Amino acid sequence: MTMPPQPADTEGTGSSSPGGPDVVVCVGPGGVGKTTTSAALALQGAKRGRRACVVTIDPARRLADALGTGHLGNEPHLVNPPAGSSGWPGELWAVMLDAQGTFDHLVDRYATSGAQAEAILSNPVYRNISAALSGTQEYMAVEKLYELEESGRWDLIIVDTPPARHALDFMEAPRHLMRLLDNRVFRLLMAPTKVGLRALEVGTQVLLRTVAKVAGGEVVADTVEFFTEFEGMEDGFRARAKRADELLHSRKTEFALVCSPRRDTVEEALYLSAQLAKEGLEATRVVVNRCYPRYAPLSAGAQNRLADGPLAPLVANLEQLELVSAKEEEQLVRVSAALPKAVLYRVPFLAREVAELEALEEVACYLETEEARE
Amino acid sequence: MEPLSFFSQTRVLIVTGKGGTGKTTVCGVMANLAAREGLRALVVQVATASDRLEPETANLSHLFGRDEVLGYDEMALVTGPSGGEVRARALRPDTALVEYLHLHGMRRLSRRLVSTGALDVVATAVPGMPDMLVLGKVKQMERAAAAGSPGAPELIFLDAPAAGHAIRFLQSPHGLLEAASGGPVRSQAQEVVDMLSDPDRCQAVLVTTPEETPVSETVETAQLLEDRAGIKLCAVVVNARLPVLPLPEHLESAALSELAAGAGVTLAPSELESLIVAGKLRLERQGAQAAQVVRLAEELPLPQLELPFCFSADLGPDQLSTLTDALGRSVAGWQPVELP
Ligand SMILES: Nc1ncnc2c1ncn2[C@@H]1O[C@H](COP(=O)(O)OP(=O)(O)OP(=O)(O)O)[C@@H](O)[C@H]1O
Ligand SMILES: Nc1ncnc2c1ncn2[C@@H]1O[C@H](COP(=O)(O)OP(=O)(O)OP(=O)(O)O)[C@@H](O)[C@H]1O
Ligand SMILES: [Mg+2]
Ligand SMILES: [Mg+2]
Repeated sequence: MTMPPQPADTEGTGSSSPGGPDVVVCVGPGGVGKTTTSAALALQGAKRGRRACVVTIDPARRLADALGTGHLGNEPHLVNPPAGSSGWPGELWAVMLDAQGTFDHLVDRYATSGAQAEAILSNPVYRNISAALSGTQEYMAVEKLYELEESGRWDLIIVDTPPARHALDFMEAPRHLMRLLDNRVFRLLMAPTKVGLRALEVGTQVLLRTVAKVAGGEVVADTVEFFTEFEGMEDGFRARAKRADELLHSRKTEFALVCSPRRDTVEEALYLSAQLAKEGLEATRVVVNRCYPRYAPLSAGAQNRLADGPLAPLVANLEQLELVSAKEEEQLVRVSAALPKAVLYRVPFLAREVAELEALEEVACYLETEEARE
Repeated sequence: MEPLSFFSQTRVLIVTGKGGTGKTTVCGVMANLAAREGLRALVVQVATASDRLEPETANLSHLFGRDEVLGYDEMALVTGPSGGEVRARALRPDTALVEYLHLHGMRRLSRRLVSTGALDVVATAVPGMPDMLVLGKVKQMERAAAAGSPGAPELIFLDAPAAGHAIRFLQSPHGLLEAASGGPVRSQAQEVVDMLSDPDRCQAVLVTTPEETPVSETVETAQLLEDRAGIKLCAVVVNARLPVLPLPEHLESAALSELAAGAGVTLAPSELESLIVAGKLRLERQGAQAAQVVRLAEELPLPQLELPFCFSADLGPDQLSTLTDALGRSVAGWQPVELP
């Protein structure tokens, strides 16, 4: 399925590059380096003279400190080059996703009155939706992307995503919220209360009774109130979710698949790429992160004769690291074969944790050179 | 300590830690060691309401040389001597909700309700409920284990969500106790809290790698688990630590060439380079890992168990066996610590 080109947005003002900024969405399984890669790609953009902004999700604390997003709110923040560095010609901005804040902002924006916004924001069921409904964080990442894109302040936006496993939750998330809003139970709840409850089918009533038993009748009352309050705002939400979805499908948006050279993460990454394909999208870059370096091997003779004696530990070490590196190579070949069209990058396992801008610069360097394919 | 006494401390071991540090692997290895000791072990993988985990559920079976995805029904992964075995299953909030509705006389409706998104409705109205239902199911299995029911396991390993989610997951019954004024859900929540807070029935194992961020997060999680969820911590597993090799501190090509010449070998420059570069990487890593292990011991006064890094990109039965041996040795050298 290919989406129609994004309609000209009359509200979104003055993007500098024609047609809006380039967008890169980094997806991949847990813990492989999505956040690291996103930040490195934004830094790379800044080095190439672009105004780049990265939306990070749950960065490790030291990386957040390095990007200055640790304590800041929901607004992008300009990252200064480290002292003593020659800096970069472009700009590097970073924002840490605050899913709740972003959702609140949306409610404010689409509420027809201050009173309506107030009522929704203070409703306990609303707080639950943003905290407990699966996919909300993903949805808000997309929403944040859309907001940044619309502002026209950046010409490159990199979006980090939460670990994705089952499917492309962040793409499905807007639909997921819509499905919740469309849920029959809630539809009926939104009818004037008494009529609504009476009109409910037996099954729904049973469910509501269960819910009421769990947390008392006020939960049901809050739920009814929330959905009643929400009325009139859904259309705004729906239209916006649709535009965000179009942005994800636009030609300006690229997907970078991040994985590590291990069987299971490769498996999960290839699964994600299949999910992307179902959406008519493809990963244009693949980053295989945390690879052991490759070494020239010892000759068999040397290996045998040095296997005991003073050099034995060094020989054993080389043998072990070579072994893991060879095993990783098999996984790299697998990724390469499965995704023949994507640009492949190989980032080594760095000696230091990627928590400082210097380490990010190092990662960014490895994202400059495409890996040769066999 | 004998592995058997280690495993007889409690009936449910909740295994948690930062994402990707090896929770699933550690569950498999511990269960395998228990099976070698003749115990019937069950690994339960759980998903939280906000987390859908399909493809991952094959990782555990892969470790045992199988590739079937775990489902609701128990799957036998391995049988050991004298009746020992490892079985595994996956628990999901939607099936737990179906079961709950069944048990409370809503059999006919439950499946349809769940298929129409009732889980979302319930999770939205009462966020802790799906998670608590999953824990309720675990408690039911723990009761069966305690009663020695036929077919029941003797020991349950819970492959819990990653640290951040784990706290919310394990706190869910506490939250419901506060919210619910009565009825079956309240009593269920109370029973789960009783299990979580009784160290004879349930304890937690934290998994970390010897790296800076995972260690820091482990220390934080440990405190939250005790304070917020009231769970006793049993041990911390330092996973994937590079085995320490006695490498020379100074790696210079001249000195290495000379040593090689002593053994009658002339090393090519590329060979020397490989030995030196690989040696430096190992020294650097070993050193950094050792420092993190020490820091962990200082900041978290818990017994440490250690599992080595396997030089592989794909953990299967061979690695499982190596890791199980290593865990056995680590447990054998383990001194239970009386914590202040
Ligand atoms: N190439 C590398 N060399 C060494 N360490 C790395 C490398 N890439 C990432 N790391 C480290 O690995 C850890 C995980 O990286 P990161 O947080 O980017 O992963 P993630 O995919 O975003 O994880 P999550 O799924 O939990 O969000 C971090 O501590 C990071 O510093
Ligand atoms: N001791 C080890 N040596 C080498 N590799 C290991 C070791 N332990 C785990 N791994 C590898 O590390 C990765 C993560 O392990 P595992 O899946 O057990 O972690 P997890 O904590 O369950 O992850 P998740 O948070 O995604 O559920 C896997 O690729 C696994 O094969
Ligand atoms: Mg991340
Ligand atoms: Mg796991």
